[in-house]
Amino acid sequence: MVKCILEIQNLSVEVSGKRILNNVNLQIPEGEVHVLFGPNGSGKSSLIMALLGFPAYKIVSGRIIFKGIDITSLPTNERVKMGISVAFQNPPVIRGVKLGRILSYLMPDENKIGELLVKVKFPQSFLERDINLGFSGGEIKKSEILQVLAQNGDFIVLDEPDSGVDVENLRILGTIINDALHSRSALIITHLGVILQYINANMAHVLMNGTIVCSGSPVKILGQILNEGYAWCEKCPQVKTMRCEL
Amino acid sequence: MSTSKDDALRAINKPAAYGPDLDVNQYSRQPKNWEPCPISSLPKEILERILEVGVLPERENRAASFFQIDHSVIFRAVQSLFEDKVEIMSAREALEKYDWLKDYWWKIVSVDTDKYTALAELAWDQGYFIRIFEDQKVTMPLQACLFISTDNLNQNVHNIIIAEPGSEAQIITGCTLHSSVQRGLHVGITEFYVKEDAKLTFTMIHNWAQNFDSRPRSGALIEDNGVFISNYMCFKPLKSLQMYPVAYCRGVNARARFNTIIYGTGTSYIDVGSKIVLQNEGCRGEIISRAIATDEAQIYARGFLQGEHGNTKAHLECRGLILSDKAIIYAVPELMAKVQGAELSHEAAVGKIAEEQVQYLMARGFSRSEAEALIVRGFMDVSIFGLPKELEREIQRMIDITTERAL
Repeated sequence: MVKCILEIQNLSVEVSGKRILNNVNLQIPEGEVHVLFGPNGSGKSSLIMALLGFPAYKIVSGRIIFKGIDITSLPTNERVKMGISVAFQNPPVIRGVKLGRILSYLMPDENKIGELLVKVKFPQSFLERDINLGFSGGEIKKSEILQVLAQNGDFIVLDEPDSGVDVENLRILGTIINDALHSRSALIITHLGVILQYINANMAHVLMNGTIVCSGSPVKILGQILNEGYAWCEKCPQVKTMRCEL
Repeated sequence: MSTSKDDALRAINKPAAYGPDLDVNQYSRQPKNWEPCPISSLPKEILERILEVGVLPERENRAASFFQIDHSVIFRAVQSLFEDKVEIMSAREALEKYDWLKDYWWKIVSVDTDKYTALAELAWDQGYFIRIFEDQKVTMPLQACLFISTDNLNQNVHNIIIAEPGSEAQIITGCTLHSSVQRGLHVGITEFYVKEDAKLTFTMIHNWAQNFDSRPRSGALIEDNGVFISNYMCFKPLKSLQMYPVAYCRGVNARARFNTIIYGTGTSYIDVGSKIVLQNEGCRGEIISRAIATDEAQIYARGFLQGEHGNTKAHLECRGLILSDKAIIYAVPELMAKVQGAELSHEAAVGKIAEEQVQYLMARGFSRSEAEALIVRGFMDVSIFGLPKELEREIQRMIDITTERAL
């Protein structure tokens, strides 16, 4: 049996006393790409925040095992250094902190940064921009992917890499993401599944009301959601086969 | 007609509009005596201190230099390359040399503003005179240093800067003191004259001591198409600092901009404002200030835009970052339009470091303290000031030196 890179066990999370994730179980075998579907407000982004250990996301019960190690109580930066790289959906503006400053921290080799810039079609001058200040929707996605690539973790998490992106940028992003996934494991949140045109995912899960209600083939699940909406997922028989070992 | 002296005498007990009221008699008027010498031959301790305020000992990198310690002018020279472009000398020397200079003396700043301006008239200890000649573009910065070497000294300087029509220059003024100096009072009067089509960038850096008081009093007069940019920075703790420089955009299309970065630590009481008065067609003004308060520092960040003519426009942006529950930031942005067509706006925001920003950087691998330091340094980013690249790098270097220790 393949090893799990990530195993989330019975995870329940509260924000400001309000339960937002309820007994979530998720296993991602090493080398696999999983997709997470779910309606707005179902808790998809919260799952990422909890995975990263943001203090506002209080873990009420359950465990997060990454590469066989229980990371449930580790600070964010230590989890990240173990190999988790996240592209955020709505990253904050930080005035005066340049994109280039963050990239050079993640990747001290200037030439490699230059190569990444070419890949995402960013001019060199973009490095001088305050992070996320005045970035367009597409620029945010590209900047996030750029940072994830520079972080070079072996487990990447992409929170809606395809939302609010025009066709041209979608093609660029899709190609880059597909390249990156050859040697990595991943969890990709997508709302409409557009990114699936560019990548091969092994498995999809549907999160509703803070819990995973259904797992299965990405193409099949997406097809059902597009045809019948998320209501279908509630009826769907939950797939609960153990696919990797701890 | 009353003389400046008479006016000063009447104001000698007049408290300033803002800031703690000081008893000016508590300071010494007995300076150390310093003989003229090249800056580079000053004691090592002094050379280290002046570097932190942007003053270089080597002449090659500055078009002209002025250096005053306590009440003595020890050095003033123009680099040979720039001899026909600028002149620099002590204010006393200049008043003796140029009869017309009296028309520039106490003309923007009133001698009876308060007890500190009065003191600068009644107990005047030099200062500098800088003139950039007509149509001369001075590519290298000029520098002036006002240094205090005697504990509890009162130093009162009066500076005049004239940028003649069509000229362009950058001046860096560093004010600092010897490590043995803990107390004292620095009063600095500076009057700027920016003539038609001239552009003057003035950068002042203050590094005082825990029990030191500072009361700068500055005013600028900007004529047709003139541009005045004033940058002020203070990163070290001091007892009290109060200033509220004013720029009068008097000519058509005159422009003024104040950039301020204050880092208040310890028990510093810092009250710094900037005021721009738009007095003619097409005038533009901008005030940008950044205040960071930690420990028990109190910072009052003021700004005042006054529109006295139509087709004028000005904006004030004041941001404060508060890093301690015992610190205070009080932002006071004020706008006054006296006519239609004066377009004035402001935005002010005071808050702590946003947790969301810290989390984001931690998700990139930075530790919490590294993330906070990065955010604070970003907050003091000078690239928004629109300075010449060379100067921007120098200022950033100074900020880095200071914040490295502070954070």
